[in-house]
Amino acid sequence: MSLNIVVLAKQVPDTRNVGKDAMKEDGTINRAALPAIFNPEDLNALEQALRLKEANPGSTVTLLTMGLPRASEIIREAMFRGADGGIVLTDRSLGGADTLATSYSLAQAVKKIGNYDIILGGRQAIDGDTAQVGPQIAEKLGLPQVTYAEEILDLKDGFVTVKRRLESGVETVKSPLPCVVTVNGSAAECRPRNAMRVMKYKFAASPTEMASKPDEIKAIIEKRPELQISEWSAAYVDADPEQIGLPGSPTKVKAIENVVFTAKESRRLTDNDEEIENLVKELIANHTIG
Amino acid sequence: MANFYTDNPDLKHHLNHPLMQKIVELKERNYTDAEKYDYAPMNFDDAMDSYDKVLEIVGEICGGKIADNAESVDHEGPRVENGRVIYASATQENLDLCRKAGLMGMAMPRRLGGLNFPITPYIMAADIVSRADTGFENLWGLQDCAETIYEFADEDQKQRYIPRVCKGETMSMDLTEPDAGSDLQSVMLKATEQPDGTWRLNGVKRFITNGDSDIHLVLARSEDGTKDGRGLSMFIYDKRNGGVDVRRIENKMGIKGSPTCELVYKNAPAELCGQRRLGLIKYVMALMNGARLGIAAQSVGVSERAYREALAYAKDRKQFGKAIIEFPAVYEMLAILKAKLDASRALLYETSRFVDMYKIYEDIAKERSLTPDERKEMKKYSKMADACTPLVKGMGSEYCNQNAYDCIQIHGGSGFMKDYACERVYRDARITSIYEGTTQLQVVAAIRHVTTGTYLDLIRGYQDNEVKPELKWLHDNLVAMTATYEEAVATVSAVKEGDYNDFMARRLVEMAGCIIMSYLLLNDANRNESFISSAEVYNKYAQAEVAKHADFIKQFNPEQVSMYKPAE
Repeated sequence: MSLNIVVLAKQVPDTRNVGKDAMKEDGTINRAALPAIFNPEDLNALEQALRLKEANPGSTVTLLTMGLPRASEIIREAMFRGADGGIVLTDRSLGGADTLATSYSLAQAVKKIGNYDIILGGRQAIDGDTAQVGPQIAEKLGLPQVTYAEEILDLKDGFVTVKRRLESGVETVKSPLPCVVTVNGSAAECRPRNAMRVMKYKFAASPTEMASKPDEIKAIIEKRPELQISEWSAAYVDADPEQIGLPGSPTKVKAIENVVFTAKESRRLTDNDEEIENLVKELIANHTIG
Repeated sequence: MANFYTDNPDLKHHLNHPLMQKIVELKERNYTDAEKYDYAPMNFDDAMDSYDKVLEIVGEICGGKIADNAESVDHEGPRVENGRVIYASATQENLDLCRKAGLMGMAMPRRLGGLNFPITPYIMAADIVSRADTGFENLWGLQDCAETIYEFADEDQKQRYIPRVCKGETMSMDLTEPDAGSDLQSVMLKATEQPDGTWRLNGVKRFITNGDSDIHLVLARSEDGTKDGRGLSMFIYDKRNGGVDVRRIENKMGIKGSPTCELVYKNAPAELCGQRRLGLIKYVMALMNGARLGIAAQSVGVSERAYREALAYAKDRKQFGKAIIEFPAVYEMLAILKAKLDASRALLYETSRFVDMYKIYEDIAKERSLTPDERKEMKKYSKMADACTPLVKGMGSEYCNQNAYDCIQIHGGSGFMKDYACERVYRDARITSIYEGTTQLQVVAAIRHVTTGTYLDLIRGYQDNEVKPELKWLHDNLVAMTATYEEAVATVSAVKEGDYNDFMARRLVEMAGCIIMSYLLLNDANRNESFISSAEVYNKYAQAEVAKHADFIKQFNPEQVSMYKPAE
């Protein structure tokens, strides 16, 4: 059975290798100092998608990302690894979105794609670490969702069986299709870029990128549809202007603090329930936990 | 994560050599494949960009997983179960990664599923893989054997086997036997023709790298009653047919991840590759030339690793209140280490370009007849490749051993412990000057190019290159070294005494090698300032080496060879 697989992905600043200049003085991220990368858990999701594609000949894997026009870089990266193509949802009006506005916008784009069998994405992005967008998209589309997926074990007869990685162990669940699956970092690593695919797709470009290409390359891209990365606007996906970008984002950032972790003091507790309970209460009281 | 291609700008420098323009143009037949294949380049820049991008994948995989896995591969190693080899788990992971990245069959033509890369970028990939895990370079690098099938097998065999290699099946070359090592003429493995024209193989092979591969090239005696090389033919054995078991694998000093097998052939079905009787004299010679270039690349990869480990340690380690790199005794070692690395790499890519040039012409000659000019050029490059291959294999492998030794020396006591990678590098280096022909055998192959003047012609060619004024002194030194070399050659050649000539051969070959490599580094420095210091240091080193050998030859009475002979 051939599947239409959608992979949700995000281009993120590489927060794993943060240097001294990662934050600006005003507490915002210094994007220029951090390379933009393919969100790591989205790569885990892509690998699951590519395995489904291999197991179901004739399937297609389409990347969907929201961001600046340059987010087409991760679509190309996905194509080098096995995806068929992708869409960048990009529009000034989408800027400043919190998870609610983001999931609404992406859900609108997924509706526009239509005819999807399964939607995969990483558990969370390393810049926000919310893990909300995948589940919210599922809600907005009225689809079942499977989170913390570690492996798609089986997909047949309209159902997908997924192994979930939970804090205390693993759980195997079965969901009807279509559904949204968010994939955990503990899932199989994504396959590398493939040499032949890199040579085949290296000229793939979005309309924005194409504008600055030499005529010779433009001609190639025009001739070969598989090299055309789509760019969709908010209007194209019929997004309600009130629900996208800043207007659609109830989250308001009050302040950003640059937190420097320092181990200041340590306290030794005995193996005593009362002492531990007191510590927990203290931590709740000073908002360290809870 | 490290990328072993992008973190090493020297590689790009060599990839962008001016001769590449011609190599790529010929290899791509003026870019006509672009009509048929969506991954074929449309022009030179496109092709070079593709090599660059693919090498970036190689660098990423090598700098990440393969380098990380090297230690566990070294500890776990492969094993044999029921006649089959089971790779170390991380070796299997490395292979899967290379397959998925499509890095198998890189130099094979597109119509057979390959990437149609020239030898030069392919060899560069080998250089990078070896830096990450020297033993793994063997398993990956045995894709070279496909070249022999491509050159000598019939079309049907090419169609059946080469696409499998491109998809990631591994290969081996089954040549050595218990009594046939350096002397392959003594190969005994018996090939018997069946009434239906197929062949069966019976006998034993030993020291076979990756001996449980999917597709084997086997050297066997097809002509009953013969005893020399002319009775040997080349066969293809397909593991799917069964008939060859692994009796044991060797417990080796280094490259532990690469299984070295003893194979038992019991009526194993096989097919003839090429013509009967040409197995050793033509096909193995071609196979060996390719393999030797591969070992030269492996050696350069080892040198790169040794240099980086040594440099990092020397910067980090403090004694007497400062980093040890600040002491002349240490920085001299490091500078020479780097100079030998750069010298052998310069010769590696010079050789690979020569090989590219003549092999591409040979391939074109299968499609159309070459023009007289093309034929002349093919012959020229073929001869230079023939001269430089044993030189770079011989000296490159010796240098990587010296570099691995110095790398440990710079680490001091810590280097002797298992805690640092340098001890593995040292063990892995050791085989490079032994297999695919020992250094002593490379000298045997190289010496005729001393006596016939191929090396001198090459040197004269380099002498004509313009150099920047500030590098002129290096050029002048080289002119003087060349005169010394010519004098030494004349001295040795004047004596027609077999033992004496053989006795002096390595000295003469090394003198030629030092001068050639020093010229190549001078050219590199002329094109790219980052090579100036290596060009200078190597020039000083070469000067001393040439003088040392010349002096030995000058002070030597041919009769003195007898002093070295074992007592009767």
